[in-house]
Amino acid sequence: MPNQPASPLDPRWAAAPAGAPIQFVAAFPHARPAFAAAALVLAPSLLGEYWINAVLVPFLVLSLAGIGLNLLTGYAGQTSLGSGGFMAVGAFATYGFLLRTELSFPLALLAGGIVAALVGLVFGLPSAKIKGFYLMVTSLAAQFFLEWLFLKVPWFSNSGSSGTISAPHLNVFGWDAGTPAGKYYLVLACVAALTWTATQLVRSQTGRDWLAIRDMDTAAAVIGIRVTAQKILAFAVSSFYLGVAGALWAFAYLGSAGVQSFGLSRSFQIIFIITIGGLSSISGCFFGAAFISLLPLLLDFVSQTLFAGTLDAGLLQNAQKFIFGVLIIAFLIKEPEGIARLVARLRTRLSAWPLRF
Amino acid sequence: MNLFLETLIGGLLAGTMYSLVAIGFVLIYKASGVFNFAQGSMLLFSALLFVSLHEAGVAWWLAVLATVAALGLLAVVVERLVLRPLTNRSPMTLFMATLGLSYAIEGFAQGAMGSGVHALDLGISDVPIFVGDLMVSQFDLTAAAVALVLVGVLALLFNRTRIGVSLRAVADDTRAALSVGIDLHRIWQIVWTVAGLTGLVAGLLWGARQGVQFSLSLVVLKALPVLIIGGFTSIGGAIAGGLIVGAAENLAETYIGPAVGGGITSWFAYLLALGFLFIRPAGLFGERAIERV
Repeated sequence: MPNQPASPLDPRWAAAPAGAPIQFVAAFPHARPAFAAAALVLAPSLLGEYWINAVLVPFLVLSLAGIGLNLLTGYAGQTSLGSGGFMAVGAFATYGFLLRTELSFPLALLAGGIVAALVGLVFGLPSAKIKGFYLMVTSLAAQFFLEWLFLKVPWFSNSGSSGTISAPHLNVFGWDAGTPAGKYYLVLACVAALTWTATQLVRSQTGRDWLAIRDMDTAAAVIGIRVTAQKILAFAVSSFYLGVAGALWAFAYLGSAGVQSFGLSRSFQIIFIITIGGLSSISGCFFGAAFISLLPLLLDFVSQTLFAGTLDAGLLQNAQKFIFGVLIIAFLIKEPEGIARLVARLRTRLSAWPLRF
Repeated sequence: MNLFLETLIGGLLAGTMYSLVAIGFVLIYKASGVFNFAQGSMLLFSALLFVSLHEAGVAWWLAVLATVAALGLLAVVVERLVLRPLTNRSPMTLFMATLGLSYAIEGFAQGAMGSGVHALDLGISDVPIFVGDLMVSQFDLTAAAVALVLVGVLALLFNRTRIGVSLRAVADDTRAALSVGIDLHRIWQIVWTVAGLTGLVAGLLWGARQGVQFSLSLVVLKALPVLIIGGFTSIGGAIAGGLIVGAAENLAETYIGPAVGGGITSWFAYLLALGFLFIRPAGLFGERAIERV
């Protein structure tokens, strides 16, 4: 980019002193994503099955769901507590397509995402008139109504007991993705493609319109942005992402899922992901999802080693809940822009190391 | 016709309990602009503390006093550790903080006092009585009376005391209130304590109904549509909203519920609130924000 002046905050700033640990990365700006991609592709041959299926897959799916909500909340500025409901739509719609048509899994997934987008569009309609907390509470209408719908109408779960759906044969154009590594690569491919799309989307005219609406929708309307249409579009796109994430959560991670897998606590979890990771940041969703999926493991590990067997499970669970709540508050106070900002700061620090500035 | 009236009255009386929870919200929202999601866990915490003390053999009045003291302490801690560092942050950030707070309070309350179900007997018998030939729950009547008294006391507090006047000043214009020397931090502490007290009353009434247990904190989800209908900033709105939601929910469950398989109370109130919003985007009594570019 010869025409753009280098910003002093840019880690690729040419004046990084010799010996700075980040200098190698600074010299090859595309090296970092390439490393991450290589690590993720090679993961199944390096890590055990437990890490792949119980840690990496949910982490990737939650990141995807985080991106979905972040597009809506972080970029378009519309708060929603209905993420779990839209994930459920994606899961149940994909299941329906797999069951009732001969579609291959990727096509069923796409169709499920589109159904979720349409449902999101309908529940996004109130955003034309309602703002802020009022809108947030009405998004709960989506959450509770959808939960109730999938539980009460047996058609959606093909009369499965208490609305449970089980993964059918995961067939990707003839290739069997039912193995642990197969599921992992399936998830990885979906997440990679949708993440790339999201990064392009937020840099497009649409993304910029969303940012303008987030900052002040009245002003955005004044400069000629079609506020209502863009808000509803944001709901639809966000629900598409959430729907795909929901289907992957049900079929690639859980195997069989019920409505309770997509309850209100799931919505809260995704909100936590984008708040901790960083609003209006795509990479932040990955940091937030990593934090959310690793923290319980870490707390488990610490309590196992410190008080092995002396604490009962209920107390431990409540202690985790307490620590989690306190960490959320601490994060909001100390770093309101989330882990994404922390990482960016660390990088600028490292690029100037050992100097302070 | 009798069935209709009984359903309506039962719903209205149950609605007063929703109002009680909603009032706690409104108090905090008015004074500090915080959408306090932790109201439900404060309710759980206070009811659980009272029951635990009572079960340990503490006299009930002493248990109430201790619970009130604990709520005051909680308010001070929350103000110091959460609200003060987050001053001037976006309302969304503050909401997220209260979400974290609700996790922390629930984890603490259940970790310290157990997650079992505690029975709570307030000495109000739950036998139906007949008014004319209508059957009305005596318990609901008492609860409604308690709610009325509480609202009366709050009205006196707001309109007749120095604290109440400064509280209204803060709600009206925080900067102007600060400039005439009102101690904002103190006001926040008082408001959170008072909101905790309404939570205690609501928690005891709900707890006597369904046992003191975790699901008590979910009452907060019942209060949200009430807030939407009444508006976030009006205590009168919270009462009217509670009555509307209670009555509509009960009527819908009786007349529409059987046709669609029941269990519609979880979302019916939200749909109702959505309908109201299309007509009044800031609730029945809420203040409509004027935006300037």
